[in-house]
Amino acid sequence: MEISNIELELSPEPELALLNDTSQINTLENEAIYIFREVAAQFEKPVLLFSGGKDSITLVRLAQKAFWPAKIPFPLMHIDTGHNFPETIAFRDKLVAELGLELIVRNVQDSIDQGKVKEESGRYSSRNSLQTTTLLDAIEEFKFDACIGGARRDEEKARAKERIFSVRDDFGQWDERNQRPELFDMLNGQIELGQNVRVFPISNWTELDVWSYIKEEEMEIPSIYFAHKRKIFLRDGLIWSHSDYVYQEKDEEVLEEMVRFRTVGDMSCTAAVYSEATDIDAVVQEIRDSTISERGARIDDKRSEAAMEKRKQQGYF
Amino acid sequence: MEVLKIATAGSVDDGKSTLIGRLLYDTKSLTTDKLQAIEKTSKQKGYDYLDFSLATDGLVAEREQGITIDVAHIYFSTQKKSYIIADTPGHVEYTRNMVTGASTSQAAIILIDARKGVIEQTNRHFFINNLLRIKEVVVAINKMDLVDFSEERYNEIKADFQELMGKRDYEDQRITFIPVSALKGDNVVHASEHTAWYKGATLLEHLEGLDLEAVSNMGTPRFPVQYVIRPKTDDFHDFRGFAGKVYGGELSVGDTVVALPSQTKSKIKDIYFYDKKYKKASRRSSVTITLEDEINVSRGDMLVKVGDVPTIGKQFTATVSWMDSQKLTAGNKYIVQHGVNKVLAKVSSIDHKIAPDYSGIDTETVSLGMNDIAQVSFRLNKPIFYDTFKNHRTNGSFILIDTQTNSTVGAGFITTP
Repeated sequence: MEISNIELELSPEPELALLNDTSQINTLENEAIYIFREVAAQFEKPVLLFSGGKDSITLVRLAQKAFWPAKIPFPLMHIDTGHNFPETIAFRDKLVAELGLELIVRNVQDSIDQGKVKEESGRYSSRNSLQTTTLLDAIEEFKFDACIGGARRDEEKARAKERIFSVRDDFGQWDERNQRPELFDMLNGQIELGQNVRVFPISNWTELDVWSYIKEEEMEIPSIYFAHKRKIFLRDGLIWSHSDYVYQEKDEEVLEEMVRFRTVGDMSCTAAVYSEATDIDAVVQEIRDSTISERGARIDDKRSEAAMEKRKQQGYF
Repeated sequence: MEVLKIATAGSVDDGKSTLIGRLLYDTKSLTTDKLQAIEKTSKQKGYDYLDFSLATDGLVAEREQGITIDVAHIYFSTQKKSYIIADTPGHVEYTRNMVTGASTSQAAIILIDARKGVIEQTNRHFFINNLLRIKEVVVAINKMDLVDFSEERYNEIKADFQELMGKRDYEDQRITFIPVSALKGDNVVHASEHTAWYKGATLLEHLEGLDLEAVSNMGTPRFPVQYVIRPKTDDFHDFRGFAGKVYGGELSVGDTVVALPSQTKSKIKDIYFYDKKYKKASRRSSVTITLEDEINVSRGDMLVKVGDVPTIGKQFTATVSWMDSQKLTAGNKYIVQHGVNKVLAKVSSIDHKIAPDYSGIDTETVSLGMNDIAQVSFRLNKPIFYDTFKNHRTNGSFILIDTQTNSTVGAGFITTP
């Protein structure tokens, strides 16, 4: 049996249609909007963690829908590793300007300069795990009590255990053995001073759901999600970007290939896939046919079987 | 595309994770890299077969101990439906996870080890699914390969289970028996060659055939207000929208509604989903409603249709599933979260504890410990607007929050005013 085509319903005519809940996108969209409204109602200082990736772009669209005709009642925050794809940063700035949203940027470079974290070195060096310190500092600086993120349970097995409202202690840490049960639709956002809640409105979406939604909503996304010619090199069966930010051995030959990214982290931890998918239809088709999981191209997850669980315990997204 | 949420229940070693892994594998939902990881780990551990449970057990402690600790969510889809499986642990001490998983599900799979048959924990699993009024239950009699695919053994277990069914409270629950071997793949996705005597559907065929509307619990429309949208912009100067999710039935433009607790009447002026107006909002849609009249409505209030008002009261009795190591005793105070509404509540009495194996009730109970299920009466400091759980799955349920730790410590299903 093949993974199926999701049938999307056409947007109904104003004043005519019955809002239908049987299509999957509708179910998931309604659930996410409900969660956004709970965040706005239950917390004093929420923030949307925005990476410029497709999941956080989807979050922004859902938040727009949740609060229309009012503006999104909280800012976006980007933890910038300084090693991002320039396309992502350009996209981020454009989106924020168009929607008139407030954007907070905090830099991993500052945490390095302050001596709080140490830059990794060598073959697999990455700033990905250093983000945690910068994030926790920013949460403390702004006294955020709810941080909305685009993590999905289908992405990775530690994330499959994640709650929709996930409480972090005052060290920002996740106690996976002692999580609050979540029953029916009821979200318990009661916390003590100093604690915060990570909120995951698209917990129940799969990668294909996100792409189908991007297509349905005709959302703009950064160009690196589409196939393009890029200078790359091969290591451990993965396609790495050739860049100043990525450590490369002398014998690792630079090639130019048609590739795209399925997931966008910073350049040092995100591998590309070979692809000819230059538009959204082709991307959706490619995801449908794919036999490799999305995080199969995440170098940060390859470190060990429990890489994500460890990072989450320390306060990672 | 329809989404079906399924809760699983089974005891340790009944092969729950293996069954889910088998479903994923035979529907080709496991990606190459995940499959490679499973092959590699199975080999390292010296197994003769692929250990599909590795696909779902996500935490380090779970892999070390080979058990499932916490509810995990697994996603897969076919041409017909999308499935979300809440994989809930089966140990006695983890009843709370089972209740949690079942609370968001429309169907349940109860696993029975064909060698062991119906055991005390099977009673418990069935009891919880009955308590939560799960409409569609599949009893998967697993490890049939280890009893030589014996029809006699299958019928024996079926008869034992049917005895339990006599004790259930929720009569409309539909129960289907399927003989399977999760490990070998019999009757999970593909029909078995070893069970010629079995004429029914495979597990997946059965799930594919379920009518989602029929398995959902209907009721009458309840609209708890989550958030009031007041843009205060030039274009929407006087806009006052009540944001929330519709539960139980439909709401339409022009409906006369009553706002609770004020009991003020008005008419629905517009129903918005994002920037578009709709004539009707169906169940479970997250919409924004505006009213004809300017009446005072805020978060926690509820809009209902005139003539269909729920009970408005400051006391009720409920079946409580206790989920905390701190005990519940009469006189304790908790926060009751009923939908999006929060009120302070005091336990007036523990009426009786219910043995979750259907063996009876204990009227002498003075306190509830983790995983206890009991009939408990509450008094509230403010009225809430509720239905019984039997009549309305959403508006008849609540959670209990500890006032000191803020943890969710229990769940309740309202039985009587």
